[in-house]
Amino acid sequence: MLAALMLAAPVLAPVLAPALADDTMPAAPYAYRQLPDPAQEARAQALMETLRCLVCQSQSIADSDAAIAGDMRSIVRQRIAAGESPEAIRAWLVARYGAYVSYAPTLSGLTWPLFAAPLGLLAAAALLLRRRFGWGIRA
Amino acid sequence: MSGPAEKAPRWTLWLPLALFVGFAALVMIGLVHPASQDVPSQMVGKPLPQFVLPAGVPDRPALTSHDFVDGKPRLLNIFASWCIPCGVEAPVLGALAARGAEIDGIAIRDHPADLAGFLAQHGNPFTRLGADDVSAVQLAIGSSGVPETFVIDGHGIIRYQHIGEIRAEEVPFMLGKLAEAAR
Repeated sequence: MLAALMLAAPVLAPVLAPALADDTMPAAPYAYRQLPDPAQEARAQALMETLRCLVCQSQSIADSDAAIAGDMRSIVRQRIAAGESPEAIRAWLVARYGAYVSYAPTLSGLTWPLFAAPLGLLAAAALLLRRRFGWGIRA
Repeated sequence: MSGPAEKAPRWTLWLPLALFVGFAALVMIGLVHPASQDVPSQMVGKPLPQFVLPAGVPDRPALTSHDFVDGKPRLLNIFASWCIPCGVEAPVLGALAARGAEIDGIAIRDHPADLAGFLAQHGNPFTRLGADDVSAVQLAIGSSGVPETFVIDGHGIIRYQHIGEIRAEEVPFMLGKLAEAAR
């Protein structure tokens, strides 16, 4: 995986360059600073790993050095420190950016096939195996 | 003696090929029409979140969400001096202002000196100009990049989001969106 990323880096760099055009301002207060309370920091970290960086395609805000990802981390940590629950913070972001911002899939009218497809495939496989090997038919 | 393999109808012979062709067609559609990478704001149709921003430059007033409930629709432009398309967009904003659009600006993560230089170079079409140094307002209104332009009606409701720079040929369209928001 790492090797593949390293091979892809020169190819991706020009594509990503505009997204990384960056400012000279200091990072937001909690972009790179952990919360003093380890339990709160653990909750913030777990949430940040499941929130999408909006400008870097398929990275979480925990993984990204983009400025906006740092600003999002700061917001997440400040809201956790203020006592807000991780799911409330996720909902606040989803209300702004849609389900796209969250890596935790929820069951909805659009996403139910994601949950139903594996069950359907398992059922189809069971049916095929039964017909192929005749389990339960021979008796 | 009739095994299950003999019972399979002849057309099933083509099934793997059909699946492959279907898959290849999906890939081709994805190549020819790549999915849009824009992230539309879910805040369109909702009130502008409450915010208070300090002034970005000394010669323009600061910007708060209260400035948007005076009955007049206006454009809210999210930009930054470090954003190259924003420089491309600047003269178009000037043209919009010249045709009567009121434009308020929010500069994202911008150094005061850089911002002043940008406005000196490209002109300053903004009535008010707020400085958002930690993207707080940008995140609150569901904007994911610069430049983006929101149409806000006279009651402070977000009516439209334009992602990316407004091009010269889109000036009448944006004026139309403003007029729509005035109704």
